[in-house]
Amino acid sequence: MNLRKVLAIVLLLVFGAAMLPLQRFVARQAQAAHFRKTSLDIGLRERIGQSGFLAALSGFRSPLAALLWIQAHTAWENTEWGRMAGLFDTVTTLQPRSLLYWDLAAWHMAWNASIAAMQNEKQPSEALRIRAQRAYFQLGRDFLERGIRNNPDRYQLYLQLGVLLRDKFEDHCGAAEAFRKASEFPDAPSYSARFVGYELAKCPGREREAYEYLRALYLKGEKQRLPSLVNLLNDMEKRLDIPQAERVESRPAQN
Amino acid sequence: MKLLSVALAIARNTFTELVRQKVFYFLLIFALLIIGNSAFMAKFSFQEQFQMLKDISLGAMSVFSSIIAILATANFLPKDIEDRTIYTILAKPVPRACYLLGKLGGIFALLAASVLLMSGLFLAVLWIREGHVIAETRAQLAAASPEELALAIKEVTSATFHINLVPGIVIIFIKSALLAALTLFLSTFATSSIFAILMATALYFIGHLQSTAREYWLSGVDVQWWSRVLVAVVSLVFPDLQAFNLTDDIIAGAAVQLTLFASTLGLGVLYIAVYFSLAALVFSGREL
Repeated sequence: MNLRKVLAIVLLLVFGAAMLPLQRFVARQAQAAHFRKTSLDIGLRERIGQSGFLAALSGFRSPLAALLWIQAHTAWENTEWGRMAGLFDTVTTLQPRSLLYWDLAAWHMAWNASIAAMQNEKQPSEALRIRAQRAYFQLGRDFLERGIRNNPDRYQLYLQLGVLLRDKFEDHCGAAEAFRKASEFPDAPSYSARFVGYELAKCPGREREAYEYLRALYLKGEKQRLPSLVNLLNDMEKRLDIPQAERVESRPAQN
Repeated sequence: MKLLSVALAIARNTFTELVRQKVFYFLLIFALLIIGNSAFMAKFSFQEQFQMLKDISLGAMSVFSSIIAILATANFLPKDIEDRTIYTILAKPVPRACYLLGKLGGIFALLAASVLLMSGLFLAVLWIREGHVIAETRAQLAAASPEELALAIKEVTSATFHINLVPGIVIIFIKSALLAALTLFLSTFATSSIFAILMATALYFIGHLQSTAREYWLSGVDVQWWSRVLVAVVSLVFPDLQAFNLTDDIIAGAAVQLTLFASTLGLGVLYIAVYFSLAALVFSGREL
């Protein structure tokens, strides 16, 4: 080995050492921007096999996730709910920043799989069918909650969690909280704020809070004065016995 | 200035030579892949279709550009020596570093053209699919109010094109250019193109693990000394290729901040400059 080659290797090591702070700086920046959140661990290795793991390690997480999503779709067509849940778990691990994958995985579990479990003709016991249905509701909720932990900077999954808690768990207090978190994002749709009020109104013990919240929304302007909000507000005024002078007009916004 | 024009002439020549080797035929495979993928996806919702089209297309762009970078770079030194064209060039007052710069410039031009062509193809397919979905949406919502229709169309357009795709594609190019510079450095040591290709491919995989090894080493986990030495060597010798995998998260909808894009770009340019300098150092002493 000649001197130049030795010098090149030494320079390579020196350069490598000098680059370490810059590499760590870029990695920190990426993590702060919620990039590179996937944890490629032994659990994932067992689920996707050696070649899949190698592909994921080599920077092909998203194509691999797309291929597994196609497999999950095929499993859906064959109503293989258990296999679907496993594939969704892997896909969301590979692409934790994709809202679409979290959202659809939760929807398949909490809506499609849960209904299929309830209509399962092979299971004569209703109690067991109900238990299976609840397990799928919970799976859907788990997907959304994990999705939120991976995407705390986006409102969409909070909104979906609110819908799930409202429609499947009938947990109106929890749904109100989820909608409230969604509505706090500047880019959230305006209906998310109204949904907070609608759910609070159904949350035991928080009727007064719901009334004040809905009234504040009403006073924000015409955009929020939709028939459902005005009707609910009028209904709450009666329930809470609000003095006539303080009541709002029973007039929704004109379209 | 004269040396720069010499390097440019070599770059132009290298680019022409590579184009004549029918390198761009790979575009047919790329086109088949994304058009086939797009036709196959018709049964999915439009959000799923667009997400998977982006996943597959950008993944394929990354694979193809990396393969081109490694193969084109690993091949040129042994080929020029075998054809004896290198002697004709170096017999003239052309410094060896200038020769390497020209060759690398030609390969960068090829990579840029390839990435641009693939991006054009990908965006064209995405645009056509978007047009179909918008037409379907218009037909389905013919009776809906203009506001509802506008909202539905906005939902479609927001799922297709996003400005963040541009930095993602630029980073794919930078990663492939880095691989070309790394392969150039390896080929100055190598005695055959096969050796350079194999080494570059191995480095590609190890480079993606470098960040894991680096964090393991710097976190000071108490392990055996040889294990610490091994991860230290991996951290110091290999480039951090994971830093250039922004597209996975871009496809998922993550926004690329300008500072992150600029620092990733800077990191790539720095790697390229260093690998080129080391290649020039080794090549200047190589017996031909």
